Amino acid sequence: MDKQAFPHTARRPQSAGRQSPAQSPQKTDDTRDMAVRIRVRNIDFYYGNSRALEKIDMDIYKNRVTAMIGPSGCGKSTFIRLFNRMNDLIPHTRLDGLIELDNRDIYSSGADVVDIRRRVGMVFQKPNPFPKSIFENVAYGLEVNGIRNKKLKEARVVDSLKKAALWEEIKDRIHESALRLSGGQQQRLCIARCLAVDPEVILFDEPCASLDPISTRKIEELLLELKESYTIVIVTHNMQQAARVSDYTAFLYMGKLIEFGETQKLFTVPRNKMTEEYLTGKFG
Amino acid sequence: MNRERLYRWIFTALAFSSLFFLVGITVVLFKEGLPVFREVGLFEFLGGKSWYPTYEPPDFGIRPLILGSLWVTVGALFVCVPLGVGTALYLNELAGPRQRAVLKPIVEVLAGIPSIVYGFFGMVLVAPFIQDLFNIPVGQTAFTGSLLLGVMATPTVASIAEDSLSFVPKSFREASFAVGANRWQTLTRVVIPAAGSGISTAIILGMSRAVGETMTVLMVCGGAAVIPDSFFEPVRPMTATIAAEMGETVMGSAHYHALFAIGLILFLITLVFNVVAEIISRRYRLKLGLGR
Amino acid sequence: MNGTKTVPFPRAGGFPKFHLRNLTQRIGFFFLFLSVMVTVLFLGVLLVFIVARGIQVVNWEFLTQPPREAMTAGGVAPAILGTFYLTLGAILCALPLGVACAIYLVEYTPKSYVVNLIRMSINNLAGVPSVVFGLFGLAIFVKFFNFGVSILSGSLTLAIMVLPSIISASQESLLAVPQSYREASLALGASHWQTIRKVVIPTALPGILTGVILSIGRVAGETAPIIFTAATFYTRMYPSSVFSEVMALPYHIYALMTEGVHADKQAPIAFGCAFILLCLVLCVSAIAIYIRQKQRSKYG
Repeated sequence: MDKQAFPHTARRPQSAGRQSPAQSPQKTDDTRDMAVRIRVRNIDFYYGNSRALEKIDMDIYKNRVTAMIGPSGCGKSTFIRLFNRMNDLIPHTRLDGLIELDNRDIYSSGADVVDIRRRVGMVFQKPNPFPKSIFENVAYGLEVNGIRNKKLKEARVVDSLKKAALWEEIKDRIHESALRLSGGQQQRLCIARCLAVDPEVILFDEPCASLDPISTRKIEELLLELKESYTIVIVTHNMQQAARVSDYTAFLYMGKLIEFGETQKLFTVPRNKMTEEYLTGKFG
Repeated sequence: MNRERLYRWIFTALAFSSLFFLVGITVVLFKEGLPVFREVGLFEFLGGKSWYPTYEPPDFGIRPLILGSLWVTVGALFVCVPLGVGTALYLNELAGPRQRAVLKPIVEVLAGIPSIVYGFFGMVLVAPFIQDLFNIPVGQTAFTGSLLLGVMATPTVASIAEDSLSFVPKSFREASFAVGANRWQTLTRVVIPAAGSGISTAIILGMSRAVGETMTVLMVCGGAAVIPDSFFEPVRPMTATIAAEMGETVMGSAHYHALFAIGLILFLITLVFNVVAEIISRRYRLKLGLGR
Repeated sequence: MNGTKTVPFPRAGGFPKFHLRNLTQRIGFFFLFLSVMVTVLFLGVLLVFIVARGIQVVNWEFLTQPPREAMTAGGVAPAILGTFYLTLGAILCALPLGVACAIYLVEYTPKSYVVNLIRMSINNLAGVPSVVFGLFGLAIFVKFFNFGVSILSGSLTLAIMVLPSIISASQESLLAVPQSYREASLALGASHWQTIRKVVIPTALPGILTGVILSIGRVAGETAPIIFTAATFYTRMYPSSVFSEVMALPYHIYALMTEGVHADKQAPIAFGCAFILLCLVLCVSAIAIYIRQKQRSKYG
C-alpha cells in the first residue's frame, strides 16, 4: 500500500455519504441497464480556499466514451484528474464527496493509489514521452508493475503499439528516441504506453490540443476503436470533437455540472438554457 | 551622445576583467612553473616517486603528491555523492515546504563555513576520534581528509543537483504516475535519469572543489609526502604541499618553481573539470528541450 | 472509422499482486532521510563543539587586546582587525569591478559570443583553487609590483578570488529588474546611463548587497590566498599602512595549531578564533537570508 504517498493532500475528512448503490442522478431511460464504471457523488474540490468543483454527481458508463465540455477554466481537467488521483500531486487541495471505481471508494484510506493509477490510465494534453526509446517508453509501465519476463514484455509492447495504430509507422525504429517522433505520433505513443498496463478506464485530457487536424483525426478514430475494450473519458474544448466521438456528454461551467446526458440528445435538444447558449457559441 | 559611448567603453573594458585575470593566472603559472623543467624532466617530475625539495641534490617527483590528492578526492566522493545527491533528492521529492525552509539554509550555512574551521574541527575532534576508533598510530590520514572534504563538498553537490532536479518537467512525473509507478520508481527510473547529466555536473564540480581545497587537507591529512599503502596513512595532497612549503622557499629557487608547477597542474585539473561540467550541463539542457 | 473494428484487446492483467516495490520505496526513502540527517548532524556537532569550547575563551579582553607571552595569552585583536582590513579591501576592489561586469552583461547586451566568453571565464575563475590565487598574488602583487607581504597584496588577491561570486549575484539581481522599469525610464527621455544609474541599480541593490554580504563571509574565512601574500603569525603591532603585514583570524588558527611551542596553551585561543569566525559567517548568512526573504515578500 502506498498510503502515505502524498502527504500534501488532506484526505477527505469524513466518509461522506457511503450511500452506494446510490441513486443515479439525471438518469435517463436508456441508461438504466448500463454498467457504471465510475460513480461520482456530491463532490466538492478545493484549491486552498477556492472551490474549483461544486456538488457534482455523475456516472461514467462502461465501454462508452464520455466527453466533458465547457469553457476553459470550468474545472473539467481538474474533474477528471480526480479519477486517477492525479490531483494528489498538487499541494493544498481537498476533496469532499465520494468517487467510486467499480463500486469501491478510491479515496478511502485503504485504497492503493498506485494501483488505481494503473487501472485508470491517463493521456495528457501535451504529449509527454520520456526521453527514452519508443520501446522503453511503452515497456516502462510494465516494468514498474512487476513484469520481468522479456518475451511477455515485448509481446505486450508490440500489441500496445498496434492498438494505438502506431506500429506500422515505427516498427523499424522502436529503439530510437521517442522524442524524434512527430507530435501526433508522440501522442499515440503515450496512448500505447497507457494501454500497455491494461487499464480499465482511460482519461484523455484534451489529447488533441497540440495536434494538427490530420493527427487529430487519427486519434479520434482510435478512440472509437478503443471504446470496445475500455471506458473512456475525454476532456475537450472542441464541441465538434465531442459530438463526433462521444456517447455521453457532460457540460461543466464554473465548476458545476450543468447538464449530462446522451451526446446526441444534449447537442440537439439541450434541456438547460446555459448549455444551449454555450453550444450555439453565445459564450465561452 | 559621447558620454554614453564613454560609459559603454568603460563597462566593456571592466567586463573583461575576469578573462584578463584568468589569462593572467595562466601566464603567471606557466612563467613561474616552467623553469623547474630546466632542473628536472617532465616525466621525472610527474612520475618521480620521491619529493625531497630541500635535500642536496633535491628530488622533485610529485607522484606521491598527485596520488595524495587523488586518494582524498576519490575518498571524498564516497562521502559527498551519497550525502549531496541524497540531500538534493530529499529536498526535491520528500520535504514539505516547512522542512525545505529549514534544510536549505542549513545547507547554505554548511557551504559558508570557512575551510580553516573544517580543518581545525578535523584536527581537534575528528582525527583523534579516528585514531582511537581504528587504533592507528596517527589520526591524520587520507581517510580523515576524505571524510572532511566530503562533507565540505556536500553543499556544492546538493545545491547544483537540486537545481537540476527542479528542472525536470512535471509532465515526466505525471506520465510515470499515470501508468501506476510508485514514487520511488518514478524517482529512480524517470526523474534521476532525466536529471542525470545535471547530477553528474554537480558531482564533477564537487570533485573540483575537493581537489582544490587547501587548508583542510593541510591540517588533517598528516602531510607525509610518501605514496600511501592504505587509506589510514598520512598523505600530502598537492594543495597542502604548496601552502606548507611556499613560506620556506627562496624566491626564484628550483623549489619555488616546482611549487608553481604544482599549482599549474592543479589549475589545469580544475579547468578540465569545469569545462567538462559546462559541456555536460549544456547537453543536458538540450536533451530536456530547455534551449541553450 | 468504418469497418476497421478490431478484436477487443484481451484483458491481459497478470500483474503480480504483491510488490517488492513498496518495500524498496521504504528503504530508499529511509536512505534519503538518512543522508539529510547525517549532513545536519555533522553541522550540529561542529557548531556545538566549537561554540561550547570557544565561548569559554572569548571575553572583552580576548577581543580587544593583542597577544602576550609568545601567543599563549592575551587577545587576538590584531587578527580581528587584520581580517577586517583584508575583507574591506577585497570587497572595495571587487564590488565596483563585479557590478560593472554584471551591468555590461545585462544592460549593454553584447553579442552572444562575447557573453559566452565572459561567462566561461567567470565560471572557470570561480573553479580555480584558492591556493592558486595565492600563488598568483605572490608572483604578481608581492613580487612583480613589489607591494611585499601586505594588506594591499592580500586584499587584491582576495578580490580576484571573490570576483566571480559578486558578478553572478549582481547579474542575477539585475536580470530580476522588470523590463518595464527600463522602458518607462527610457520613454521619459532618460538616457541609457541615467536609466541604469537611477532606475536599474537602485532596484537591484538589495540583491547585489545579498551577494556582497555572502562574499564577505567567504573572504573573511579564506586562508590559503593570504598565507604568502598578507599574513604573519605573530605581531604585537597594529597595521600602520596598506603595506603592513597583518595577522588574520583564519591564518591565526592555522598557525596556533601548527607552530609555536605551547600547544596546550595555544589551542584554547584557536577555539576562540574559530568561534569568532563561525559567528561572523553565521551572522552574515542570516543577514543575507533575511534580506532575500524580505525582498521576496516585496515582489510576491
